[in-house]
Amino acid sequence: MTLDQLSCNQKAKITGFDPLFLELETRLREIGFSEGDEVTVLHFGPIGKNPMSIKLNGALIALRKNEAKYIFVKLL
Amino acid sequence: MSNIKEKNIRLALLGAPNCGKTSLFNALTGGRAKVANYPGVTVEYRKGEFSLPNNNPVELLDLPGVYGDCGHSMDEKVAIDAVRGNLVGERSPDGLIFMMDASHINTHLHNVLQAKSYGLPIILVLNMMDIAARDGIEINIPKLESLLGISIISCVAVRNKGRVHLLEFLNEWTAKLFDGSASIPNKENNSLKDLQLKSRQITNTTVRQLGIAPTITQKIDNIVLHPLLGIIFLSGLLIFMFQAVYWWAAPFMDGIDLIFSKLQFIVDSNLPNTWLKSLISDGIIAGVGSVIIFLPQIIILFAFILLLEASGYMTRAAFLVDSLMAKVGLNGRAFIPLLSSFACAIPGIMASRTIEQEKDRLTTILIAPLMTCSARWPVYIMIIGAFIPDINIGFLGLQGLVAFSLVLGGIVFAMIMAFIFKRTLMNNAKSILLIELPSYKLPVIKDYFIGLWDRALIFINRAGRIILPASIIIWFLASYPTKSNGIVGTFAGKIGSLIEPILRPIGFNLEIAISLIPGMAAREVVVGALATIYSLDSEALDGPLKETLQNSWSLPTALSFLVWFVFAPQCLSTLAIMRKETNSWKWPLFAFFYLFTLAYLMAGITYQIAVHLGL
Repeated sequence: MTLDQLSCNQKAKITGFDPLFLELETRLREIGFSEGDEVTVLHFGPIGKNPMSIKLNGALIALRKNEAKYIFVKLL
Repeated sequence: MSNIKEKNIRLALLGAPNCGKTSLFNALTGGRAKVANYPGVTVEYRKGEFSLPNNNPVELLDLPGVYGDCGHSMDEKVAIDAVRGNLVGERSPDGLIFMMDASHINTHLHNVLQAKSYGLPIILVLNMMDIAARDGIEINIPKLESLLGISIISCVAVRNKGRVHLLEFLNEWTAKLFDGSASIPNKENNSLKDLQLKSRQITNTTVRQLGIAPTITQKIDNIVLHPLLGIIFLSGLLIFMFQAVYWWAAPFMDGIDLIFSKLQFIVDSNLPNTWLKSLISDGIIAGVGSVIIFLPQIIILFAFILLLEASGYMTRAAFLVDSLMAKVGLNGRAFIPLLSSFACAIPGIMASRTIEQEKDRLTTILIAPLMTCSARWPVYIMIIGAFIPDINIGFLGLQGLVAFSLVLGGIVFAMIMAFIFKRTLMNNAKSILLIELPSYKLPVIKDYFIGLWDRALIFINRAGRIILPASIIIWFLASYPTKSNGIVGTFAGKIGSLIEPILRPIGFNLEIAISLIPGMAAREVVVGALATIYSLDSEALDGPLKETLQNSWSLPTALSFLVWFVFAPQCLSTLAIMRKETNSWKWPLFAFFYLFTLAYLMAGITYQIAVHLGL
């Protein structure tokens, strides 16, 4: 399952990143995404339910589904 | 570089966006900063100086916000180059102050581990401890210090206590930096993944999260990010903002107008009737006045923009409109700068700084002049009033419809050009949205006013620096070699007749061609220029401009003129601010060229169609 497939208020654990997109993986890691981190989906944008805002550790992060789909998660 | 400068200790402030670097910078330096940027790049950083309690001078660099050390964007590259000493004309800093929002320590601690690898002495400032406490986060600082191997200073939004504490620490630290005894941290030679693992291990034993109740920030977000309520709130806010820009600014603009007319009157009545009087009165005062009159609007606009930015709401607005902007390859961050351009392209272009990605910022700067700025309204109002009949089509007035389609035309072309630029000039740079939504906080009053003051100065300095010489040149062109038979005999008249054949296919006559030259100072000056040209050249000296235009322009000419102003490339202040923000003449010249081409083509098409329709 990938992060973009979660719905509002669903909690999940990050299990990894798509290995084909290394640069994106670095960016995601730098801003704070990491294996084992817990994410909660909080909001979706008003148009096409995009982008999405999530709670990651203590921070709130906004990203598009286009990037979220490269983050693998496991539902909690 | 002088020797004295070499002896100054130089520190650099590093940290994620929104962690409070600028606030710390202002608290230490008092906000007195020199802004530096690079040719052709819209990235800037601030340099300031302050004295420690022991009187040692320190030079402080406030770098663009970065997360890691990979340099994904131009901002990150500049920040990292500055730290590594790879910037031309800048030596590397002697020490790093890494700043972090304490409430985000779980998410960002690995960035500190990354920064240890720069091989420079480093300290960590944990900012916003109050917000962290509010969110139920407890940090064991002594333990964190020993696990990280670097000193930590905690503070609350850099208010006085934290500042004194920090200065005392810097006193000792810089002394060590000075004699080279400051410890340099061990390099972390691990991959980013391992650094994250290590930082999670550290936070697991040093940071406690008490309770999991939604924070105040999350509660506010439930309203302002709600698909319906959020849009209503944003629309309401924007409507209020624009009402304020137009209504609150009006009395001040009238006041400025009055002051400049008074100045002109004083000069006119006290100086002998020579070229000098004309230069000061018609050239300098009138020319500079025509630009300074926009200062109230710009200040009010920035009063809002800075408030939105400092409170943390700006990123939420970007979140709400992101999908809309994504359609043309930009992200939500471009929305507010483009919206600001409806007041004036200058604040819009200046506000583009909040866009993280350099390519997106550049694209936004290039299309900002297509938004209908307030200087176009006097032109629209005059021409529409003179040529478009005041009739209704259904419920709608035709005049209003024409004005609306001109505004819409600008937006449509801005979107088309953004789409094209992103795919060509910007090498198809992918626009992504990956931003942190900062916790809501009250702006620090001092930072707020420093920010506002900076914006006002940029406008006065940069626009003014171009406008003063430009006004003199324009005055010279419109006064010499002879003004005895009106403007036709002047250089402006001659240039006008020279470019008139080029403009003839799009329906422009000699008077319009001439009026475009003084109109370079500011778009609305064209109205005054036309009045001057006609009252000097035609018999209808006392007839109002409206009638004169109705009698001497055809409808196709008027329509063509309106369409020309949708693109109106001839605003020098806009080009000057583009030069400032991109630090190169390349982009303003390119903008002028593409706007001119569009203006010419679209006005020409309008004219030819109108003529063939027999209008």
